[in-house]
Amino acid sequence: MVLFWVALLAISMLIYLLLDGFDLGVGMLFGLAGNEADRDTMLDTVAPVWDGNETWLVVAGVILWGAFPVVYATLLSAFYLPVIIMLLGLILRGVAFEFRHRAAQQLRWIWDVSFVGGSFAASFMQGVTVGALAQGLKFTDGVYVGGVFGWLTPFSLLCGIGLCLGYALLGATWLVQKCQSDVRDRARRQIPALALAVLAFLIVVFAHALITNLPIMHRWLDRPYLFVFPAVGAAATVVLASSILHHNDRWPFAAVAVIFVAAFGTLALSFWPYMIPFAITIDEAAAPHASLAFMFWGEGLFVFPLMVLYVAIGYRVFRGKVGTTPGHY
Amino acid sequence: MDATALLLSRIQFGFTISFHIIFPAFTIGLAAWLTVLEAMHMRTGRPVYQALFEFWLKIFGVAFGMGVVSGVVMGFQFGTNWSVLSKMSGPIQGPLLSYETFTAFMLEASFFGVLVFGRKRVPPWFYLFSTAMVSLGTTLSAFWIMVNNSWMQVPVGYVFQNGYFAPDDWTKIIFNSVVWSRFPHMLLAAYLTGAFCVAATGAWYVLRGDYYAESRVMLRMGLFLAAILIPVQLLFGHLVGDYVHDHQPAKFAAIEGRWHDEQPASEVLIGLPDPATESNKFEIKVPILGSIIASSSLSSKEVGLADFVPQDRPPVLIPFVTFRIMVGCGLIMLAIAWLGSYLSIKRRLRRNRAMLWAIFLSFPLPFIAILTGWYVAEVGRQPWAIYGLLRTADAVTPFLTASAAMTSLVLFGAVYLFIFSFGTFYIYRLLRTGPTRLVVEPPHGASPNRPMSLADPELIRSGYRSAGE
Repeated sequence: MVLFWVALLAISMLIYLLLDGFDLGVGMLFGLAGNEADRDTMLDTVAPVWDGNETWLVVAGVILWGAFPVVYATLLSAFYLPVIIMLLGLILRGVAFEFRHRAAQQLRWIWDVSFVGGSFAASFMQGVTVGALAQGLKFTDGVYVGGVFGWLTPFSLLCGIGLCLGYALLGATWLVQKCQSDVRDRARRQIPALALAVLAFLIVVFAHALITNLPIMHRWLDRPYLFVFPAVGAAATVVLASSILHHNDRWPFAAVAVIFVAAFGTLALSFWPYMIPFAITIDEAAAPHASLAFMFWGEGLFVFPLMVLYVAIGYRVFRGKVGTTPGHY
Repeated sequence: MDATALLLSRIQFGFTISFHIIFPAFTIGLAAWLTVLEAMHMRTGRPVYQALFEFWLKIFGVAFGMGVVSGVVMGFQFGTNWSVLSKMSGPIQGPLLSYETFTAFMLEASFFGVLVFGRKRVPPWFYLFSTAMVSLGTTLSAFWIMVNNSWMQVPVGYVFQNGYFAPDDWTKIIFNSVVWSRFPHMLLAAYLTGAFCVAATGAWYVLRGDYYAESRVMLRMGLFLAAILIPVQLLFGHLVGDYVHDHQPAKFAAIEGRWHDEQPASEVLIGLPDPATESNKFEIKVPILGSIIASSSLSSKEVGLADFVPQDRPPVLIPFVTFRIMVGCGLIMLAIAWLGSYLSIKRRLRRNRAMLWAIFLSFPLPFIAILTGWYVAEVGRQPWAIYGLLRTADAVTPFLTASAAMTSLVLFGAVYLFIFSFGTFYIYRLLRTGPTRLVVEPPHGASPNRPMSLADPELIRSGYRSAGE
């Protein structure tokens, strides 16, 4: 039962990463768009789905709360400011979708700025959180003692930048898949630089983790089959490069998604079986059986598949390329 | 424990939840109204229903967006500011709120996209189905929230072990007796909010002499629905009072402004409770009525606040005053809905400008009633976060500093003020513009009710994106 919820938590986080990742990425690239028509097109590619994408963050959050309440309470309070800033970012970019169309022409920039800034703030803070978590928070007897700024380190800030780059890459490949002409071509030109930056970042992080954290190094040396994840990531990078060179519109997004999956798997397996690295294990964090079972029989078995079905329906309804003229929908 | 961080966290929670509740209250009712409109349009083919649907969908969109983003915040605030509470009650609250997210959020979010952008991409039956799913989602969301909040008000079906509350009997938790008065109370409040906003908009257009067909439908449907629902709401309000009386005597005494035991008890209608002297100033009360309301008896003994040690008493003034405001709003709404319906049936409403003004100006009443109702429930249960088990003062994140709490409060205040002002303005502007320019396409077969506007190609726009531009 514990394993089931760990798996579902991991799946939900991964889905969040991929789905909200691309729309946060589009949000950041939005600032680089050439003109109003391009901005409209970019927004059209995510407008029908962003709300559902963001919901996966809440899904992951409530699974964490229900199945691993200690971790939920500890992490959210330890990351007080990053979480608040992330939420404020998500608020600003979320209302921008609706408000932008309602605003008078000369005030539209307010929502454009909110959209770009909110996307940046949310992405950066998510990266900071993951980075601080990977680096390790201060614990004494299982209680967090790091204070309000315990998460603030050069490494965590670096991870914040890294995730922004990663999301932007994902967003660019999404635009290549969903758009035509100008928007697609600009996104395609942005991909190589973003991809190189992300790869450099991943290598630095991986090396840093191996060097500074001996437990992780041992884990990787003990279980060499784990290297399959970085290998898959490398293969996906090759696919990405060749699909960009061949002007293929479909493959780049898939390739970057696989890179994300590989990075996520690498990170998660580095810390297994710890939920908060080297402080709280999965079994220590698990809620009582009655909570896990209650969640399992209802939402685990029935609602989760249904939820995935709605999302699939949503993406099916809005499949295909977005038109280049505004008012497409 | 830093008392200031506690106070700031309480202000922040109260502030964000007050902001949030306005939107679900509005959108639950509107989603149901949209479903009805879409169904009516499919059945009758009358263009007025489609015009109204497209019009209210835009307003729904703005309100829904603000509800979503402010709601995402709520879920995480438990962890950031109230980590002790979320750790101790996580095994119960976590699964309940996860059911909310799983059953409601994703349903709403996925089908909302279809609703707003998918009119031309899906068959009509699927479009109606999507509308109904969004409506179902908002209702389910309210249900789980009420189950969760009711557990915090009246904790049942739990065992205390290893420092946390573990679920012992989920049927008891979900079928908590108080859920079945509180959930309908909330749902009815949401429908009333929708009904009054719709009726008020109708009244506004009649006063302006605009939109004959639309205002007629809005006034009738809004007023008739309210006229039927308000008496039911009063009944459920009374049932909610019963649970407070039985389970939360200190809250009940505070609402009643009753300081000392009385037999039979009188009912304080107006007054100003003063904790220093443990009495009410400027009091007007009716003998025996208190016993009748509380226990349906002429001679029951009712407890006063003085029975509780001061640290177990809720702050008396807020529940006392907000309760009276809530009931007052309810009674005014009842009068407006009944009188308005009567005039409408007699076909005298359109000429009665005073009544139209009253209906128009009544739109804030349901919002005020909902907010004050929540203050009664939430402030009244203080000093407890989980009633009788965990004090609010012990539930806050222990290492949270006052400056961090202050920073987040200021940031939330600024951002919410910013988006709330714009959101309200955009909704106002949509309402002011009215449904005319939003007619989607000529209805199949039915005769258009405004041939002039339909004949003007400038006014026939195609779909959501073009609206408001």
